[in-house]
Amino acid sequence: MTDVELLLREQAPQVLSALVRHYGHFDLAEDAVQEALLAAAQQWPEEGLPDNPRGWLIRVGSRRLMDLLRSESARRRREEDAGQFVADVPEVPAQDDTLTLLFLCCHPALSAASQIALTLRAVGGLTTGQIAAAFLVPESTMAQRISRAKRSIKQAGSTFEMPPAAELDARMSAVLHVLYLIFNEGYTASSGTALHHAELTTEAIRLVRGVRRLLPDDGEVAGLLALMLLTDARRAARTTADGALVPLADQNRSLWDQDAVVEGEALVSDALAHTRLGPYQVQAAIAAVHGTAKKAEDTDWRQIVALYDVLEQLVDNPMVKLNHAVAVGMAVGPAAGLAVLEPLESDGRITEHHRLEAVRAHLLEMAGDPVAARQSYLLAARRTTSAPERDYLQAKADRLG
Amino acid sequence: MVPVKYMLLIYSNPESWASLSAEQRDGLTRAHADLYKELDEQGLLVAGAGLADPITTRTVTIRDGVTAATDGPYAETKEHLAGFYLVECDDIDQAIGYAARMPDAEYVAVEVRPVMDSSGLEM
Repeated sequence: MTDVELLLREQAPQVLSALVRHYGHFDLAEDAVQEALLAAAQQWPEEGLPDNPRGWLIRVGSRRLMDLLRSESARRRREEDAGQFVADVPEVPAQDDTLTLLFLCCHPALSAASQIALTLRAVGGLTTGQIAAAFLVPESTMAQRISRAKRSIKQAGSTFEMPPAAELDARMSAVLHVLYLIFNEGYTASSGTALHHAELTTEAIRLVRGVRRLLPDDGEVAGLLALMLLTDARRAARTTADGALVPLADQNRSLWDQDAVVEGEALVSDALAHTRLGPYQVQAAIAAVHGTAKKAEDTDWRQIVALYDVLEQLVDNPMVKLNHAVAVGMAVGPAAGLAVLEPLESDGRITEHHRLEAVRAHLLEMAGDPVAARQSYLLAARRTTSAPERDYLQAKADRLG
Repeated sequence: MVPVKYMLLIYSNPESWASLSAEQRDGLTRAHADLYKELDEQGLLVAGAGLADPITTRTVTIRDGVTAATDGPYAETKEHLAGFYLVECDDIDQAIGYAARMPDAEYVAVEVRPVMDSSGLEM
């Protein structure tokens, strides 16, 4: 990302908020801001930055919004509205409305895919083309998804205001979850599309940093940022040059980004000590135990088991139980780990998931049952829909064959 | 991971097609036009198309270094692939919902298959 690109992305939510506060019309204002950003991306590198970049974007965006409103109005033959579209440009606002914007983009009326797309465009300042490339769909598909999302928000009657206090916690969880999904999409290791994917990870971290600046005392925001930093720190070590997955235990830890580990660990320690406990903090704490182990053998698995015990009190998620079983397998032994898996056999949310079979395979291999382990690895390899995961699981099975 | 791509594979066979009334064929066309439009407008459609009759199919094989293109489909069943949609959904149940709106599911069947992802998570 160039300096101009970064500047534009940082300005995107501020400029959009200024326009929406002044004129309303979130859907059209969002299009207008995109056009202003594109104009700036073309002009600034050649002509140099304007004295007041945000003011410039607000002015150009306002002008574009006026055009859009006029043509919309003409289309609907609402002549009586046309008179009000004089270009009284909004001032550069004093307050930061990024949170309000995030709540709108992560509106519960939208599907997860739409929340992600709209957040990346309206808050992240990414172009439709960039978002489409990251999700490997045609640009027209992504453009339709974003328009549709904006129409849905309009139909839901949502306005550019903070959610009512009673809804705030749930709406905040939705926002953090969308940012987490963007990160996860970027974190999945890949060969051919690595460039686009890594950018989503960086973007998610940038967005959470922005939220943290606005809510410095929120433990879950800190926890999510810590979790992202500690996870992303492993990026260089978790794949080989040809895109094959390297499991945590086999990673070359000298490739881990130590700055990110240190920052993540400090963030989560501070949040755990001073704020209300939440699931992102606990997940970050688990990532920190891994991150601070110099060698895989040094991992404090008992500490990790204890943290999973806490996490299971906070969330009802079979994936958490699955990871808990791995930790118990390492801390106590494979038989104990397999015992933790047992209740998952009848949990419909996960019975056919490849990770259940992969964990079983791993524990069976530890338990010295290569025949059963191989069967489980093979079944897991057939169940996954990820090519690198399939190759990894197939290779594990081959080694036991 | 969200969203996930699914391939919806529409199966047909010459007998079931021949046995449809004009109204049923119209209904089929309409149902696909509506579904295609809806998926497109929602930004979920990656690609989709109907396929020409199997009598126009050539099957390519290479055996002992010799390439051959023979007439007709590869699978030796009555049913053939008649069309497909590539869609992005939040989960497989959503994709099943779209498949269930195709009259083809009533006449023969529609398969829902997750697309392999080129990315994955460390184990």
